[in-house]
Amino acid sequence: MVYFLQQTLNALQLGSLYALIALGYTMVYGILRLINFAHGDLFMVGAFAAFGIAAWLGWPFVPTLLLSMAAVAALGVLIERLAYKPLRQAPKMSAVITALGVGIFLEHLMLVFNPYPRHMPELMPVHLWTVGRLSLSSHQVLIIGLSLVLMLILDWVVMRTKLGLAMRAIAWNGRIVPLMGVPVNRVISATFAMGAALGAAAGTLYAMAYPVIDPYMGVLVGWKAFIAAVVGGIGNVRGAVLGGFILAGVEIGVAAFLPTTYRDFISFGLLLVLLVVRPHGLLGRPRLEKV
Amino acid sequence: MMCNKVLAVGIAVGMIMSSAWAGKDPVIRIGLIAELTGDIPAVGASCKTAAEQAVEEVNKAGGLEVGGKKYKIDLVVQDNGSKADQAALCAQKLIAQERVLAIVGPNASLGAVPASSIAESSKTVLITPWSTNPKTTLDARTGKSKQYVFRACYTDPFEGRILARFVRDTLKFDTVAVLYDVASEAPKSQAELFRQIFTQAGGRVVAFETYTSGDRDFSAQLTKIREAKPQMIFLPAYYNDVPLVVQQAQRLGIKVPFVGSDAWSSPDLIKLSQGAVEGFYFANHYAADAATPTAGVFIKAYQQRYGKTPDDIAALTYDAIGLLFKSIQVAGKPERKAVRDALASIPKYEGVTGTMSFQEGSGDPVKSGVILQIRDGKFVWVCNAAP
Repeated sequence: MVYFLQQTLNALQLGSLYALIALGYTMVYGILRLINFAHGDLFMVGAFAAFGIAAWLGWPFVPTLLLSMAAVAALGVLIERLAYKPLRQAPKMSAVITALGVGIFLEHLMLVFNPYPRHMPELMPVHLWTVGRLSLSSHQVLIIGLSLVLMLILDWVVMRTKLGLAMRAIAWNGRIVPLMGVPVNRVISATFAMGAALGAAAGTLYAMAYPVIDPYMGVLVGWKAFIAAVVGGIGNVRGAVLGGFILAGVEIGVAAFLPTTYRDFISFGLLLVLLVVRPHGLLGRPRLEKV
Repeated sequence: MMCNKVLAVGIAVGMIMSSAWAGKDPVIRIGLIAELTGDIPAVGASCKTAAEQAVEEVNKAGGLEVGGKKYKIDLVVQDNGSKADQAALCAQKLIAQERVLAIVGPNASLGAVPASSIAESSKTVLITPWSTNPKTTLDARTGKSKQYVFRACYTDPFEGRILARFVRDTLKFDTVAVLYDVASEAPKSQAELFRQIFTQAGGRVVAFETYTSGDRDFSAQLTKIREAKPQMIFLPAYYNDVPLVVQQAQRLGIKVPFVGSDAWSSPDLIKLSQGAVEGFYFANHYAADAATPTAGVFIKAYQQRYGKTPDDIAALTYDAIGLLFKSIQVAGKPERKAVRDALASIPKYEGVTGTMSFQEGSGDPVKSGVILQIRDGKFVWVCNAAP
């Protein structure tokens, strides 16, 4: 029982991080039908921003997190303006390839500054609580708690504010909505900013939980978060969160009860089966192309 | 037919030119293939510095005396970019174009395996300083030893064996858990040999868990290991994974010590783990703090030249070049086949990384490893581990 609870905690921590990153993929896809493959690298830049702030300015956790989120949000908007906006009318494939290029650019930009793995300084001391044989660290509480808060804020923005209404409207039909006087470009920028900021928050929390960071750290995690977004139904905000927790649950679950050597094989096999049964993901809805 | 003629003329001209050139100035050309760029530039840099030092020492003394004649050594350095295909290309270029007598390098097994196949088929001696993969000196198809390929270091299975012996016989632990990267060749063979030998010696491996290169979260595996209650955890992982594993283990309340492989041996391990690896043991090729007189001379000269303590790669490169010089002298003439025969049966060579010898039929030296412990952020010698 303790074993099961401990593994559940492990899965919740990993799932929160996947979910935060998956949100960035799903938001951009929802509004632009673009798979932003650079998002995993924005997550990496977020981790390095937090590292820079913590190592050189010595700021504590909250301002470090906020500044990293703001910086990466600005970077996200800049990338959209410079790289994606000129291609908005181009074939979707061009934009996706551009996104891959932007990701590689970000990795190598970071390599220029810092080619070696770095140790993330501690932003706050770690407390360890043990109940019986169950261990719980303050970082786990922070990661799970803060992720939930950020997700609730996002859900509120998307579902309850005017901006969220505009985002959902553009996602529903990007051609008619501008005719109604919705400032499409500003809404798209806001979407990129929010997605990138969540990615940076994930990067900061990730660097605290796994304190060795390097320029390629976003690649594998980015793919996994993308898969989580697809499993949840890409384009659907709640689906991304659900997908993140399912992916982490399956990964940890397989490793916990089956030989770890087959972890990726079994967990991704399961996800494939799920996609065969529900091709649009758990919460995604099939989109009918009108002729 | 036409082609053959051109080729034959070309070869003839090449031979005349090279023999004429060799006649004028007694020079022995030695190739060095190092990872100067790419994933592990630190490895290539160490290798090159040590090689240059070894060559300069001989040249300053007037050259290498072979068969009563003094030869100057000419070192031809090639960068393989830490890539397998480029390593093979470097070997080809050194053998065919630069016409070197023998090659030292590459260091990483990734490049050493393909480069050694080229050397073998061109009948040119290749000594790798640092490649521990058995496939470097073994022909994968026939399972037999390559004739022209040698190494200055021990092999992965050997390391798994000495670590298992150390944990069982010296530390006297009964139960051990193993966690390794299943996608990386060296850790895999070390882990498997460790389990085999440790079990044979009466110990029990209570958990045998894996992860995949690039993983950062080891919580599921470590929770599993915690349930198995081992007395020690064997972690044959690269130095950048080690701090993450150790820290996550501590956060899960695991208090048992870890033991590691030669991949731990980087000053970066200390920097990245911030004291979390204090007191842990690992196996390595040599210990800079417990130097023999031979090693002491090398370490001092290296420090004077480059202002830092040589790492295991520098020491092994120096030994690889030393072995080569020695076998050229024993052969009595700078010829590829004669050098190979001399090297294959060197009875005893006193190197920086210990005494080594080769037995006919194997390119792997008979030599010891060392066990180090991390104390106050430094690697401290604990004991030698004989084969």
